[in-house]
Amino acid sequence: MWVINNRKIFYTASGILVLISFLSLIFWGLKPGIDFAGGTLIEVQYPNGHPDQSALSVKLSQIDPGASIRPSGSDEYIVRMKPVDQTEKSSVFGVLNASESTSTNSQAVIKTFDSIGPILGAEALRKAYVSIILVIIGIVIFITFAFRKVSLPVSSWKYGLTAIIALIHDVIIPVGAFSILGHFAGYEVDTLFVTALLVILGFSVHDTIVVFDRVRENLKLASAKKPFGEVVGESISQTFTRSINTSLTTLIALVVLYILGGSTTEHFSLALIIGIAAGTYSSIFIGSPLLVTLERLQAKKK
Amino acid sequence: MLKHRARAVMVLIVAAAIGYFVYTTNGVGSSHPFRLGLDLSGGTHLVYQADISKLAPADVGDSMTALRNDVERRVNIFGVSEPLVQTEQGAALSSKESAYKLIVELPGVTNVDEAVKSIGATPSLDFRLITAKDMNAFQASSTSFTSTTTEQATYLALFKTTGLNGGMVGKATLEFNTTTNQPSVGLTFNSDGRTLFDQITKAHIGDYLGIFLDGTPISVPVIRDEIADGKAEISGSFTVDQAKELVRNINFGALPVPITLISTQTIGPSLGQAAVNGGIKAGFVAFIIIALFLILWYRLPGFVAVVALGVYTVLMLALFKLIPVTLTAAGIAGFIITIGMAVDANILIFERMKEELNRGRGIWDAMHEGFARAWTSIRDSNISSIITGVILYEFGSTSIVTGFALVFIIGVLVSMFSAITVSRLFLYAIAPQTQTRLSEFLIRNGFKRSI
Repeated sequence: MWVINNRKIFYTASGILVLISFLSLIFWGLKPGIDFAGGTLIEVQYPNGHPDQSALSVKLSQIDPGASIRPSGSDEYIVRMKPVDQTEKSSVFGVLNASESTSTNSQAVIKTFDSIGPILGAEALRKAYVSIILVIIGIVIFITFAFRKVSLPVSSWKYGLTAIIALIHDVIIPVGAFSILGHFAGYEVDTLFVTALLVILGFSVHDTIVVFDRVRENLKLASAKKPFGEVVGESISQTFTRSINTSLTTLIALVVLYILGGSTTEHFSLALIIGIAAGTYSSIFIGSPLLVTLERLQAKKK
Repeated sequence: MLKHRARAVMVLIVAAAIGYFVYTTNGVGSSHPFRLGLDLSGGTHLVYQADISKLAPADVGDSMTALRNDVERRVNIFGVSEPLVQTEQGAALSSKESAYKLIVELPGVTNVDEAVKSIGATPSLDFRLITAKDMNAFQASSTSFTSTTTEQATYLALFKTTGLNGGMVGKATLEFNTTTNQPSVGLTFNSDGRTLFDQITKAHIGDYLGIFLDGTPISVPVIRDEIADGKAEISGSFTVDQAKELVRNINFGALPVPITLISTQTIGPSLGQAAVNGGIKAGFVAFIIIALFLILWYRLPGFVAVVALGVYTVLMLALFKLIPVTLTAAGIAGFIITIGMAVDANILIFERMKEELNRGRGIWDAMHEGFARAWTSIRDSNISSIITGVILYEFGSTSIVTGFALVFIIGVLVSMFSAITVSRLFLYAIAPQTQTRLSEFLIRNGFKRSI
C-alpha cells in the first residue's frame, strides 16, 4: 500500500505545514476579536455617500485615542475602539451622525454596534479553552472505550493517542492559517472561530474513526501472520474513496456557504474549509500510518 | 418487495406532508414560524454584570430571581415582542466577580438608549386616580380585563396622576390579612404624603386609586373612606414572595442586585436579512451540487441518497419549528454543514456495497451486507460528533455558539435516522431484481477499479 510505504513523505509534508503554523503563532500570534479582548466594534453605513474619514477619525480619537476607523465596501465604515459606556456611546453616535450633516445630507445607519467589556471577553476565552480541552478528553475516552477489545498488536489507548495527534495536526493548521491571515489581512479570531475549531475536532475524529473501525474489522478477519502494516494499508485503501467523497460533500457545502453565506459566517466557513481539508488529509496520510509506526516502535523494543 | 414499495410510498407521503407543513407555516402570524435569533432578526443584546458581593450567599439565588423579574417588568413596558430576560450563572467556569450575569435580549429594538436607561433606573411607585364612572364604563365596554394592548392602553389613559408617589412613602411593611391570611403591603406615608393622601381620599370616595409600579398598575383598590392617618394597604392577589419584593422595592427604591452594563450588541435589521437570504441561497445551491455529485457518482443509490437527504432537510426544518430552535447565522451554517455530513453515512454504506459486489455477491446480498457492515463506522463516528456537539452546547459562551451546537446535535441524530432507515427502505424498494449488466451499472459507483 503506497500510503504506508511512503508515510515518511506525508509525515514530512505535514511536519512542514505544522512547523509553519507554529512559527507564525510564535512570531505573529493570533489577533483576538472583541469578544475575547473586549472592545467596541461599530459598522456604520451612509447610504448617500460617507463623510470624510480623517475628520471622523480626529473626532473619535478625542473619545478614545486608540480608536480606528476604516472603510468597508463603498458606503460603510468600521469603527474599532475600547469598550464604551452609555454616555460615551452617545457621544460616539453623535460624532458619526453630526459629521454627515455638515458634508452630505445622508442618514447614518448603525448596522451593528458591539461593545464587550474585558471581563466578559476573558470569560469567553476561558470557556473556549475549557471546551477544547473537554472535547479532546471526551474523544480520547470514547475511542479507548470503542476500541477496548482491540489490543493486539497495538493496545487500544494507542488508537486514542494517534487520533489525538491527527487532531492536533488538523487544528494547528487552520490556527496557523488564521495567524498568517491575521498578520497580513487583519483576520480576527472570535468565538465562531473557536466553534469552527471544535467542529474540526469532531470531524477529524469522525474521519479517523472510520479508518480505525476498518482496521478493527480487518484485524478480526486477518490471519495472525499478516503484518500489521498490511492490514492498515488495506483498511486505508478500502476507506479511501469514502473519506474523499464525504469530505468532498462537506467541502462543497462549506465553499458554497463561504461564497454565498454572507459576511457573518465568511471567516467561520474559511476556517472549516482549511480544517476539514487538513482533517481528510490526516485521516488518510497521518492517523493510520502512525498506527503502523507505533507498532514498529513497539516491535523494536521487544 | 411490494411491502418495501408500499412503505416507501408512505414515507414519501409523510415527508411531503411535513414539507407542506414547513412551507405553509411561515410568515407573520402563522402558527409555527421559524424563530430567528437576534443576529438575524435585528435587535439588541445586553449583558449586565450583577454585583453580589454585598449579599449573603444564601440570598443570591432569590435576589437574582427578583432582579430578573424587576428587569423583565421594566422591559415589558417597551412593548417589545418576545423580550428575553435571563440570569446566567457560570460559576464553574468564571472568575468569582463575573459569575452572575443578567442577559436582556430585545428583538427589533436598535435604539437602545431608552431601554438601557429604564433597565438601570430605580423603580417608580406612584398613585393615579380613576373615577368610578370611567371605571364602570370601561368594565362594561371590555369583555376581559387584559384583553388587548389597545384596550390596555385605553384603560391606562383613564387614570389621572395625583402627584402622590413612592418618594412620599415613609415605610413599607409586609402584612398579612388576619382573616384570609393573604399577604399585603402596608404603606406609611411621610407628612407630605399623609396630607396629600388625606385630600385625595376625602375628595374621591367611591373612586379608584391605582397603585402603579414602573408605570404598570399592580393594584387598583376602591376608596371607601377618607384616610387621615397616612396609612394604606396594597392588597393585590400576590404571593408572599411578590409582596416581599414590593416591600423591598419601595423601601430601597433600587434593583435587588446592583448591575452594570458590560456588553451591548446591536444588529441592524438589514444585516440580519442579508444573512438569512445568504443562508437560504447557500443551502439551496449546496443541496443541488451535492445531489448532482451523488447521482453522477453513485447512480441509483446516489439518487436514493438524494431522496434521503431531501427527507432529512424537511425533517430538520420541521424540527426547527416544533422544538423550536432559535436560528442564528451560525445555526444556519451548522445546518448547511450537516447537509454535507449527512451524506457521509450513505457514502459509507454505498462504498461497502460496492466492495461486496466486487467479492462476487449478488445485488441483494451486497445491499444487506453493505448496510450491516457500515453500521459500526456510522455509530462510532457519529457518537464522537455528538460528544463534540454536547460539549459545545454546554460550554458555549454565547448564544451564537449554543445555537450552532443545538442544530449540529439535532442534525447528527436526524441524519443517522435518514441515512439508515430512509435510504435502506428506498433502496430495497427500487433495487433491480435481476442481475444484468444494466442493473450492475446502476448499483455500482465511481470508477471500475478501486485504488
